[in-house]
Amino acid sequence: MTPSLAGFIADSGDPQTWDDVVSGVLTSLGTEFEVVPERSAARCGERRTTWLDTFDWRLHKAGLTLEYFPGQRGGSELRLSGTGAGGTGKDTAQPVTGWQAARPHLLGDLGDGPVGARIGGLIAPRALIPVVSTSTVTRAYRLLNSDGKTVARLLLSRPALVTGLKAPLPPRVEVAEVRGYQGQARRAARLIAAVPGIRPAGKSLFADALSAVGRRPGDYSNKVDAHITADMPAAEAAATILLRLLDTVDANVPGVLSDTDTEFLHDLRVSVRRTRSAIKLFGDSLTGLTAGEVAFFAAEFKWVGDLTTPTRDLDVHLLDFEETARGLAAAKPDDLEPFRAYLQQRRRKEFRVLARGLRSERFRALSSQWRARLAAIQRDSAEGTRASRARSGRFQKAPGGSAGLLAAERTRVAFARVAKRGAAITQDSPAESLHDLRKRCKELRYALEFFAPLHDQDAYAKVLGDLKRLQDCLGEFQDTEVQIGEIRILAAAMLTAGEVPAVTLLAMGEVTAGLAARQRAARADFERRFAAFADVEGQRRMSALLRGTGVRYRINADIRDV
Amino acid sequence: MRIYATYNIKGGVGKTTTAVNLAYLAAASGLRAALWDLDPQGAASFMFRVKPKVKGGGRALISGRRPLDDAIKGTDFDNLDLIPADFTYRNMDLLLDAGDAKPGAVPGGKPARTLGRLLAPLAPDYDVVFLDCPPSVSLVSENVLHAADVIVVPLIPTTLSVRTLEQLSDFVDEFKGHRPEILAFFSMVDRRKKLHREITEKLATERYEVAQTTIPALSVIETMSVERAPVPVFAPNSAAAKAYRALWAEIRSRTN
Repeated sequence: MTPSLAGFIADSGDPQTWDDVVSGVLTSLGTEFEVVPERSAARCGERRTTWLDTFDWRLHKAGLTLEYFPGQRGGSELRLSGTGAGGTGKDTAQPVTGWQAARPHLLGDLGDGPVGARIGGLIAPRALIPVVSTSTVTRAYRLLNSDGKTVARLLLSRPALVTGLKAPLPPRVEVAEVRGYQGQARRAARLIAAVPGIRPAGKSLFADALSAVGRRPGDYSNKVDAHITADMPAAEAAATILLRLLDTVDANVPGVLSDTDTEFLHDLRVSVRRTRSAIKLFGDSLTGLTAGEVAFFAAEFKWVGDLTTPTRDLDVHLLDFEETARGLAAAKPDDLEPFRAYLQQRRRKEFRVLARGLRSERFRALSSQWRARLAAIQRDSAEGTRASRARSGRFQKAPGGSAGLLAAERTRVAFARVAKRGAAITQDSPAESLHDLRKRCKELRYALEFFAPLHDQDAYAKVLGDLKRLQDCLGEFQDTEVQIGEIRILAAAMLTAGEVPAVTLLAMGEVTAGLAARQRAARADFERRFAAFADVEGQRRMSALLRGTGVRYRINADIRDV
Repeated sequence: MRIYATYNIKGGVGKTTTAVNLAYLAAASGLRAALWDLDPQGAASFMFRVKPKVKGGGRALISGRRPLDDAIKGTDFDNLDLIPADFTYRNMDLLLDAGDAKPGAVPGGKPARTLGRLLAPLAPDYDVVFLDCPPSVSLVSENVLHAADVIVVPLIPTTLSVRTLEQLSDFVDEFKGHRPEILAFFSMVDRRKKLHREITEKLATERYEVAQTTIPALSVIETMSVERAPVPVFAPNSAAAKAYRALWAEIRSRTN
């Protein structure tokens, strides 16, 4: 659709005004076209639409829009529009049965079809969640040329929110093109534009509906992206970052409790882990919190992290299950089915423990108290700076240092730890030294991410890219070891719980052998990955990055100091 | 994408009315349909109220300078598009034989398969394409026969028309590789005429490639050019509309 055909909205939803608009539009179009009511029932009448996306807006980010249209007698369908995920710009439709607009659906609920094929890789393992619903009453007209040929269609619609408020949305006037007659459609749009009481619709109906419920596309992200600046007081920046992390924790709790999809728990855990790292990195800069209080909150977040671990570990096994089963060489995939059933049973049990914890007074108190304390620090710190500026009439150095200084100092220390510990690892070093390095890498990664807005983005991307590849290598090394250990424990537990088929134990043995091979490969790759990140060039890249915060350091000297 | 061509060497046997009605019924059943009006007279284009004009004419389409996709016009009906006729199609034989059928093509090489190549890019967008052919034996009709999956042959119930069908079957049998299915049906049948009754009953029984459904000679079919629409649109409950529905159902069940 060309920009001029994006449609119009009425200035007012008032019925009298709308009638005047419709009358004006029909009269104006009548000067150049014969305007006749549309015969096709598909374009007229009332239609309900529910927009769907994952909680983290994966479809929106990929430039896609997914709508669900309920129909009678099994005529419901999903319609995907947009150019992302291999799309050509043309809509993809797929009939669906048993779809309930009000509840989330996992990919498996879609069944086989073109929409599932296009979005499957993009959204899995996330669920499709209803974002907003509208009900629209539409009247359609055909615009005919002198041959009586339909050259465009006029759609007059009155949408209303179904979700929550049931509030009317601005009425819309749209011109739909007929293929090969774009010129006539543009002409019709120009005639409509001159009618009083309407203006070009700046937004789609979806965007209108979202605004009406106080949301915007992409309003959730698990990225830290806190609004901080280099000259902000360190305490205010620290509190801002931690509040952003707490927002993410809180945003994910309902999805975890309703067990909508496994990524809610994953995002919650990442935010908790980031919170713990942030407290460790710059908890001392939270002016107003005593060391004892900082230690208390750190311990409470450790409790939350530990609470979530068993369920997440089982999720990882279950998410990887199909691929693991397909990768078996000697055993048959079906041999592992008792193992899957056992994992699912264990997960149900662990999930109940997790849900109790997240519903507990202890968790609620942690969230509310932490939020209140951080908000107070953020407010006091910002007010302190303003007061200081007001007294002197010019900018003062932030008390307790600036965010830029904090970022440079703490990132430098984190990098130096990684560089020093990594350099000490040899072929003979025990696995624990690599596990320890992985933790230090995570701390550095979080430090970089927390202060990302303060860095030059090109320098940041280079450092982060090398660090990610090193982390992937260390992650593969440790995760495979953890999984091997867990499978051994689970095998023992299955034996204790009752009879377990010998073929299942054999298949589990083959899975652990495969994991061990992957672990060896990761170990062999470590030196190359570490050198790429922390060699002389890597240290120069980090120095360049930190110079962007306004603080000059020589990283190689720091490594000796740490 | 399945390609249906309505073809007969003879004119005035109901090729265009068949193509228009079948394309409409296919689209109405939910299939994404297109009709290419290859007849320079542009009767199918006229019935869909589309001007028989293609930018650059047949030469631009055949040479590949202008993709077929660009020439497509939406009809008044959902799921149904039209590639209009153009008066320059009268020279299509020359264009196909000129060797500039496709950039880089060998002059004179495989000119009989050019239309099939031009249609191939439409496959992701359409489930069915109908080709309405001009009445002739020419390079255009040879192209159509090579491109089509199914040749729908309207026959007037005369002894001579049976000979035409045999000639067509023999010609298609000589194709190497892909051979279209042939399905003939009797059109313009007047049940009051003994000869019509005898020929339609005899051939439908004796020859597998002759459909059981017949299209009667009804004035409502002739009024298509007055209404400028398919019969099921302006006379949905007429005997003619029912006959075309039955014909489309039989074609689909016998050729899928």
